[in-house]
Amino acid sequence: MNDTLANTEKKTAYVLTLPAILLVFSIILFPIFANVWISFKEVELKDIRIPEPRAKKIVKSISDEPFKIKILYKLRNSSLIQEIRDVSFQDNFPKNFEIENLDPRCAYEKYNLKCEFGNWPAKYRENFQVVFKTNDGSKVDKKNLKTIKPKLYGKSDNILLNTNFTLKNFKKVLFENEFVDLLLTTFYYTFFGTVGSIVFGILTAQMVNQKFYGRTFMRSVLLFPYVAPVVALAYTWELLLDPNSGTLNSLLLNYQIIETPINLLGQKYIEISILGFDFKLRLALTTVVMFEIWRYFPLAFLFILARLQAIPKELYEAADVDGASPFQKFFNITLPQITAVISILFMIRFIWNFNKFEDVFLLTGGASGTRTLPINVYQQGFAISDIGMGSAVSIVIVVLLLMFMFFYFKLLGKRVDEN
Amino acid sequence: MRTKNTILFSLISTFFLIFLISIWKILATLQGLSINSFNIEIIFIFGFLISLAHLGIGDRIKSIYKSIIFSSIFVFCDGFLIQKLPIWYNVGVFLILYFFTNKISKYTFIGLKEEHSTQVILFDFLTLFGILFFSFVILFPFYMMLVTSFKTQIALLVNPLDFSINFGQDIKDLFKSYFVIFKSYKFGKYIVTSTIVSVGTVIITLLFAIPAAYAVARLNFFGKTFLSTSILIIYMFPAIVLVIPLYTIFSQLGLRNSIEGLLIVYTATTLPVAIYMLQGYFKSIPKELEEAAILDKLSWFGIITKIIIPLSIPAISSVALYVFMIAWNEFLFSLMFLDNPNSFTLSRAIQYLSGDAETPRQYLMAGSVVVTLPVLFIFVYFEKYLVSGLTAGSVKG
Repeated sequence: MNDTLANTEKKTAYVLTLPAILLVFSIILFPIFANVWISFKEVELKDIRIPEPRAKKIVKSISDEPFKIKILYKLRNSSLIQEIRDVSFQDNFPKNFEIENLDPRCAYEKYNLKCEFGNWPAKYRENFQVVFKTNDGSKVDKKNLKTIKPKLYGKSDNILLNTNFTLKNFKKVLFENEFVDLLLTTFYYTFFGTVGSIVFGILTAQMVNQKFYGRTFMRSVLLFPYVAPVVALAYTWELLLDPNSGTLNSLLLNYQIIETPINLLGQKYIEISILGFDFKLRLALTTVVMFEIWRYFPLAFLFILARLQAIPKELYEAADVDGASPFQKFFNITLPQITAVISILFMIRFIWNFNKFEDVFLLTGGASGTRTLPINVYQQGFAISDIGMGSAVSIVIVVLLLMFMFFYFKLLGKRVDEN
Repeated sequence: MRTKNTILFSLISTFFLIFLISIWKILATLQGLSINSFNIEIIFIFGFLISLAHLGIGDRIKSIYKSIIFSSIFVFCDGFLIQKLPIWYNVGVFLILYFFTNKISKYTFIGLKEEHSTQVILFDFLTLFGILFFSFVILFPFYMMLVTSFKTQIALLVNPLDFSINFGQDIKDLFKSYFVIFKSYKFGKYIVTSTIVSVGTVIITLLFAIPAAYAVARLNFFGKTFLSTSILIIYMFPAIVLVIPLYTIFSQLGLRNSIEGLLIVYTATTLPVAIYMLQGYFKSIPKELEEAAILDKLSWFGIITKIIIPLSIPAISSVALYVFMIAWNEFLFSLMFLDNPNSFTLSRAIQYLSGDAETPRQYLMAGSVVVTLPVLFIFVYFEKYLVSGLTAGSVKG
């Protein structure tokens, strides 16, 4: 009895979870494997459209002969690169139609015109014409003829399904794609974006954790950048930073802080000298990192605030009794209490920043030294239309991510062991 | 010690005052006033003197009179003698000074002798500074977005700093950008598409997630632990990696440029986090209720619809709002899958609009306001639910 109960429970569980699992697997896990497959192929954007045989039907009346009609089919292979095999053609006609001249490839039976056109090479075009006459002397209804559409069938190779593999994509990714620069840019963006958002998160959480008038309002305001749509925010920032009529540059010029406008999103480097040392700062990249920090520190804020509110008040009261200063309290009580949250946040944000596409894409489109790996996936796959290359870059991203996760969990595991 | 603390206190408070007045000046500049300098030196001297005078006078004058006197002196010297600016600007300065003198009035000479007093003061002022700084930095772009959408192209080019809105003009002129984007750019249609996609995603996600979450939370089956851990790992997988295979498959299946295609992808990407959030809540519902239901011969379907769902309305609403927000804001997939203007979502439409360099910026900003307002409204109105959703599902980038 108990056994059957457990069995029904199992069955129910599978029934309940199966729809979700199937959907997630087909849309998330399957594409990851498909990526591996595509990355070893030479595929371009134009290759992925399956070639179709197409026919455009043009009905022409013949002058002086109202009982006859000429029908012209403009036949073509939709693909410019692939052939279609065994093309067959079918079209229906009204019951009073007789065919005048029959092409040797076709047969006319039961008011049905059937043709076998054989193989069509790429770019194939043919004007195929038939003439009909009515056998009862009635006039031809052209409108009716136009509404009947011919049907075409043909076989073609799906380039994605054949087994021609190549290592060319990975060679190109690693050796012809400024790979080192790409990696450095991505890590700069990811690392500073992550650290910056966590630092600001700590500051704001510490701030909101104190009592002041308008605290709940402040908490909602701090989350605005995180909940608003990225498209709107990115374009607002673009306007704000515009070198010609942007608010920021106009303000700085107005207060004579700068003499010429700075193109914050369009300039790759800026020379800065601090204490006599000249160095070049990646200006556009830094601006994009700023946007990243601005948009994502609210998340760190939310996490850290939740943790701060859970710290027992007694700890601070005891510290007060011991005469600790505010900074001592912060460094000796608050900070140790939030390290766990920070390390989780660091991982989450690092992974997501590493894969961030929209923010950089909308702000600079990957120009002026802001080309990160995800941007490169898009550029390769859709701007250069090399799907295989795009997939190869995606695979690089996945491998790097897995490596990062592996090291992270190893380090974390070690720390837990030590404790 | 006392001299050092006095000087430090005066410095800290003065810097705070400089910051306050600078922000006020920036805001005033954006209303069309021509202010070309922060006059930091003058404010520094005044602020320093006020702080010292405040400590020196102490309790001898009631603090409210003290504040009014200090503020009036400052406004008189700075505003009328040096800058010669309109009255509303000076009223603002007066209020800032009044606020500032009130803030410093709780620090006294005797207090400065206490241990860590400068650190306490620094902490207090840093908090105040932080509140103002972050409010300004966060709200300013939103403010700019809103105001730009009410301006005209010429006004923006003539003086990019003038953000004042002329409310005297005709309503039609004021909302011209909005009329244009709804009439010529079909934004009404895009709003409908975005709403259908977002609401559809919420409904389908919940339909799939509630049973699955219930199974993970309550039932014993082979592969349960594997399933619940893989949910989160799957969720960490980046969308950009899925884009190319999904694009090729969707092209071949003819799912591109269709709402169905977007619904499938959005549902799949939000399902893991929805399941994760819901199963956590379902676990907290007491088991006894279900045991009673099983004795009453209620089926699993009955248990879910009659017991679990009514009891977890808060969790379900926070998942629903969170999923709605993700779907509404989503950009990457809509960029990849939609290239026919008839099937655009709002985000994609705005990006398309900006692709044309000729598009006036106020239209772009009006579009941005249209896409942002619903989300912010929902967020402010349902903040409690959304915040718990954000913290639970916060792995979403």
